[in-house]
Amino acid sequence: MNRQAMDCLVEPILTVRGLKVSYGKVAALHHVDLTVGAGQIVTVIGSNGAGKTTLLSAIMGLLPSDGKIEFAGECHARVEVEDMVVRGLTLVPEKRELFASMSVEDNLRLGGFARFAAGKRGHETAMAEVFQRFPRLNERRTQLAGTLSGGERAMLALGRALMARPKLLMLDEPSLGLAPLIVREIFHIIADLRDTGTAILLVEQNARAALQVADYGYVLETGDVLIEGPAFELADNPKIAESYLGIKSAT
Amino acid sequence: MDLQIALLLAQDGLTNGAIYVLLALALVLVFAVTRVIFIPQGEFVAFGALTLAAFDNGKLPGTVWLLLGGAALVLLVEAVAARRERNNQRLARALLFYGLLPAVVAGAAWWAAALKLALPVQIALSLAIVVPMGPILYRLAFQPLAEASVLVLLIVSVAVHLALAGLGLFFFGAEGSRTPAFSEAMLKFGEINVSGQSLWVYGSSAVLILALYVFFSRSLYGKALVATAVNRTGARLMGIRTSMAGGLAFTLAAAIGAFSGILIAPITTIFYDTGFIIGLKGFVGAIVGGLASYPVAAGGALLVGLIESYASFWASAFKEVIVFTLIIPVLLWRSLTTHHIEEDE
Repeated sequence: MNRQAMDCLVEPILTVRGLKVSYGKVAALHHVDLTVGAGQIVTVIGSNGAGKTTLLSAIMGLLPSDGKIEFAGECHARVEVEDMVVRGLTLVPEKRELFASMSVEDNLRLGGFARFAAGKRGHETAMAEVFQRFPRLNERRTQLAGTLSGGERAMLALGRALMARPKLLMLDEPSLGLAPLIVREIFHIIADLRDTGTAILLVEQNARAALQVADYGYVLETGDVLIEGPAFELADNPKIAESYLGIKSAT
Repeated sequence: MDLQIALLLAQDGLTNGAIYVLLALALVLVFAVTRVIFIPQGEFVAFGALTLAAFDNGKLPGTVWLLLGGAALVLLVEAVAARRERNNQRLARALLFYGLLPAVVAGAAWWAAALKLALPVQIALSLAIVVPMGPILYRLAFQPLAEASVLVLLIVSVAVHLALAGLGLFFFGAEGSRTPAFSEAMLKFGEINVSGQSLWVYGSSAVLILALYVFFSRSLYGKALVATAVNRTGARLMGIRTSMAGGLAFTLAAAIGAFSGILIAPITTIFYDTGFIIGLKGFVGAIVGGLASYPVAAGGALLVGLIESYASFWASAFKEVIVFTLIIPVLLWRSLTTHHIEEDE
């Protein structure tokens, strides 16, 4: 069992059992088991086309899937994206999906829409926290999202997701296409989010950085979990080092 | 043509133009949020005007039955869905919005019909009857097709228009109606007389446009509508339901349509099918704005009103032809200046 393999026994926030996703006749995920504990950072690494984005989309309810997805103690066969958001699951997709013709501030406000619609308040506090975490967004608050640089867009996508105060934040390639310096900044921010108690499911091609920040890791290959284990073990695993970290194992 | 006639025609054109502006804005809104080209918009204009006319004659308007029938259908659909999901909250909401509320409105209409209450009360009742048909229509005809292509949605839109026009004939008959003016006042501005009703049209349109602007730029629900139009996937990931946004857009469009009908009912005789032509002229305005830009659509619609007014003076037999021919140079110009974007499938 995964839970026994984890360092500390924590309540799982997300449990996925036997997840299967197909595009027509082609199966993208065969049988995936995955657990994220409350407050944990869990990473899924793997090469292009391994099914990482498919996995997140299925958990979010963007794609139909077979298998069991249990989130925050609730099991549901037919999940809809909007219901998952209300329950506390937020996805930052690879394409960010920002509202390009709207201001940074409006993008952030809309991040809190589900909470607002549910009658919860505290928008201004959440916004102040986001601006404290991302001072750059504060400087650009009236600027249109479409005019931001790549790094700023990544920050806005993260900030917008945090406005929902999620229980589990799913990040799809947050560092994709960014300059190395910005990538480091983004991973710093992800590590900082640990203090907020938000659990994070991080999908990355940048395996080295992901394993450094995560507690637990899964290696996905062509729709199956190849190896799983505590992040430091995976980082030391010579097989993974060779295929995903670009290090030749010492002979 | 002397100056006095020119000013009189301008006044006429601006009055009709103001109505076309409202309809054009509603069309752009509905298209941006749901990708539906809202042809039944005109029926809402006619239903608004004719419902008010029925109240004015001390009769129970037929649209009450349409409201009750439509609400009952939505209630059925929602109840089945709620049962399948075992979602009692959804059932309760459906009972409230599609059971209790329409029943209350119908009851009030039935009670008020014979009393011939004051005009503002009649207007409020007419809006309460016609506006809920917007979300009802969306729920029944368009929400199940939310992922369909623009062409499929257009065909459904035409079908809905034909069905509603037929129902309009059934409920209101073939005779036209006119309602009393909001105000009988005549104001003299130098050379020309401006009717109080025209001023009502200008004023109400301006207030409505301002209200829409405030709604979209200040309220989070307004921004959620814009967000759905800008990026549907992004909006869903924020928990903004496409069905909520669509229902809200249709509600606003229905309100704008019905209110436009009420505004022009004292100026023109409205028949069950008059709305269609009025709606199409709003559509020409919306096309000028490429079904995307609110200010350009508004300008285009105002231009349509003015051209129509002057055309009816010089070549009254061709006034509709001239107005609708306007769409050809506009489309030519747009096809030359804008880049074609393939629709996402």
